[in-house]
Amino acid sequence: MPLQPLLPAAALAANMAEIHPPLRSQEAFVEASRCLYCFDAPCIMACPTGIDIPAFIKKIAFGNPAGAAKTILSANILGASCARVCPTSVLCEGACVLDDRDEQPIQIGRLQRFATDYIEERGLKVLSAPPQQTGRKIAVIGAGPAGLGCAAELARLGHRVTVFEKQKQPGGLNTYGIAYYKMKPEVSLAEVELVKSLGVEVRCGVAVGKDVTVAQLEKEFEAIFIGVGLGAAARLRIPGEDLPEVIDALDYIARIHTDPLDQVPTGRRVAIIGAGNTAIDAVTQSKRLGAESALIVYRRSEADMSAYGFEYELAKTDGAEFLFHAAPVEVVGPKGHVTGLKLVQTRVDANGRVEFVPGTEWVEPVDLVLKAVGQEKQVDLLKKLFPSLAVDARGAIQRDPLTGATNVPHLFTGGDCANGGREVVNAVGEGKKAAHGIHAFLMKETAAPPVQPSRLGAKQGAAGSGLLRPIRAHELEEALKK
Amino acid sequence: MADLSTNLAGIKSPNPFWVASGPPANTGYQAHRAFEAGWGGVVWKTIGDPIVNVASRYSALNSGPTRMIGFNNIELISDRSPETNFREISEVKKRWPHHAVIASLMVDTREQWHEYAKRSADAGADGIELNYGCPHGMCERGMGSAVGQQPAVAEKITGWVMEAATIPVIVKLTPNITDITAAARAAKRAGANAISLINTINSITNVNLDTFVPEPTVSGRSSHGGYCGPAVKPIALNMVQACAADPEVGLPLSGIGGIATWRDAAEFIALGSTSLQVCTAIMHYGFRIVEDMADGLSAYLDSKGMKSVTELIGRSVPTLQKWETLDLHWQRVARIDYDKCIGCNLCYIACEDGAHQCIDLKSPDELNVGLGPGRVPHKPVPKVREEDCVGCNLCSLVCPVDECITMTEIPNGQSPMSWSNYQEKLAKGEMKPIPPHP
Repeated sequence: MPLQPLLPAAALAANMAEIHPPLRSQEAFVEASRCLYCFDAPCIMACPTGIDIPAFIKKIAFGNPAGAAKTILSANILGASCARVCPTSVLCEGACVLDDRDEQPIQIGRLQRFATDYIEERGLKVLSAPPQQTGRKIAVIGAGPAGLGCAAELARLGHRVTVFEKQKQPGGLNTYGIAYYKMKPEVSLAEVELVKSLGVEVRCGVAVGKDVTVAQLEKEFEAIFIGVGLGAAARLRIPGEDLPEVIDALDYIARIHTDPLDQVPTGRRVAIIGAGNTAIDAVTQSKRLGAESALIVYRRSEADMSAYGFEYELAKTDGAEFLFHAAPVEVVGPKGHVTGLKLVQTRVDANGRVEFVPGTEWVEPVDLVLKAVGQEKQVDLLKKLFPSLAVDARGAIQRDPLTGATNVPHLFTGGDCANGGREVVNAVGEGKKAAHGIHAFLMKETAAPPVQPSRLGAKQGAAGSGLLRPIRAHELEEALKK
Repeated sequence: MADLSTNLAGIKSPNPFWVASGPPANTGYQAHRAFEAGWGGVVWKTIGDPIVNVASRYSALNSGPTRMIGFNNIELISDRSPETNFREISEVKKRWPHHAVIASLMVDTREQWHEYAKRSADAGADGIELNYGCPHGMCERGMGSAVGQQPAVAEKITGWVMEAATIPVIVKLTPNITDITAAARAAKRAGANAISLINTINSITNVNLDTFVPEPTVSGRSSHGGYCGPAVKPIALNMVQACAADPEVGLPLSGIGGIATWRDAAEFIALGSTSLQVCTAIMHYGFRIVEDMADGLSAYLDSKGMKSVTELIGRSVPTLQKWETLDLHWQRVARIDYDKCIGCNLCYIACEDGAHQCIDLKSPDELNVGLGPGRVPHKPVPKVREEDCVGCNLCSLVCPVDECITMTEIPNGQSPMSWSNYQEKLAKGEMKPIPPHP
């Protein structure tokens, strides 16, 4: 049977309401007052964009919320969306020293939202491009978090930036791909307006390679930042995959963002293939749209899931079911519509590879299958646009992570197409670093690195953030010296 | 349970905790409630010629979300008639014969002082407190701190009261004076039986940055107020000790100034107070706070093996001496317990920017220490350079973790030498000058 909406608008509005409501003024003051104001704070080191977190929190505590927003946005132009979507418990809040004093960490994400909401609600402008322009022109391909992070930083360095976006709306996954109960698309679109207010031109509905050629870009611009992100969902390569009720999880989420909630068709019995954070977003939203059952199917164990622990907990709270050590072998749909998913038990062999257990197949009755087994890399597109660009074995563009420089001198990159797929905040941070790389390349000088309020900085390593490379001023400094 | 019963210059109360003269001691109703809650005494809101008050009388200093660490008022003495006040004192005394009721007085002429002293005794009050302290309003009329700031005037007026008093007289001192002992000595010379201190301190707590008028605001204006509450405790302790240590004062003391807990109370007693007076903490939380004041003090005395609170009175007074007597050779350094350190680095930045640059931030790998349960493996670790540490305490004061930074004595084998000893030795040519710090 074709999919259809299941719940009335009022019920959907309640189900999709924000899970982390904004802090009230008094709450923000009390929370901000708990901050110890650490020096060389671990939270700063854990932030891929290096926001001076204790400084902005003190500004809230001292009654200067607009100043707090300026501190945030100076380091992270997408501070408003990162406040909502960052996995703070494994980044800044995970590094909060209060945890070591057996206290709840400061709610940095919610305070960041308080400050950025404050200026948004009042229409206050806290950032501006410098009056002195360099006259240099840079093209940015992709108006997602990496491209916007790069464009905003370049604009603040006095350069002229044009962003090319093939979608009708800018913002990339921030506009289309975030769970609705975490952030609404308006927040992302408002951030694009902020970037534009710095003098950046954003051209939507323009696909590079189709509507404009790379040769044209190279003629008009002196450097190009590639921030094209990832491509379509990876295919399952099983029979029945092309049935109409087999949908990319990201397309499903995008539909939630583009259509009124009560017009989003959804399934009553949903299976989600994959166990990453996108799979969680898909399973929770399908439940909230009215599914009677929603089942995560994962071919490895609970411990192997790539979803964050807090996301896993959220899915369980929403009533999602989890089927571990199982893999889909066929989508069943005898009359042209999905009626079931044929699964097989799996086990892990001595070499750590997943193998099917013969004779264990069974069919789960489902009417919607969401694919969340990762996104394809854009290798074909990249090879077509930039034949000489070096791409690694995983399909990610090879680059110096500190400057975003590729093997082609005027090409720079960052975000998912370069890191293989990480958080919004990583993309912004990489875009920002690439902006400084481009600035150094164009100005033939050592770019002023993003200022991190740290005397010692931090040593190499994951810094507890689960990230390989948080942005660090001294690392950038050294890289730029080469 | 230690005995908390108190006797200040003949004024007896079941415990040393008295409600100070102020808004909580304005009526008989409040006095009844105070005694029911466990207070040992009430110093009545100052009685005098009835005054007229303004609306908007109080303002406060907050510290972050913590309210009223300091408190300011421009309220005057009792706005009720002396007849009402004395009648209610007599009613309260009838119901609470073993509790202390002290009449606080502020009048102008010799005749009035005589009359009010007599009426206090007639009402059954156990004592009289002379209000020479209020720094607002009344001083403009030649009373309150206008008296307390001039020891000769205070001595004269106290003398008038002593002519008529038949019950013990306490002189309440204003801190708005250069040398508190001068005022205390004046009280002694005039024959007063005890002193109480401190009254409130001249203050402006804050300015409203929209109207530009300080708080409390009365129709677009403000006035200098009297400051009290927890923030004034250190000033009060200093003055209490100064009076307690002065052999020319030699009067029993009632300590006042920011007392809110049994610890505050114990400290005031150790520095020479016999009884304690509390106002701001009651204005903040109500009379109920006395329960733990008494309970906590009693438990503390038990833990120290003291059978009576009187054993604690003045215990710390002689430990405070002139700076020139302190041992220049005594050394201590800061030591950080890395099992407790949370890596906030507040000690580092305080020492670096605010003190003597004796702490380094090091890589934890370099130091080979982990930071307790820390989740961030490479956050920098503070390390004290003990050879440079001057032992100032700052790092241990800013450290947000209890017992993480310990100031540790470093025996150096040198015999004690004070500044006075040092000067003597220099004069006798027994030693060379200590080289200045680089």
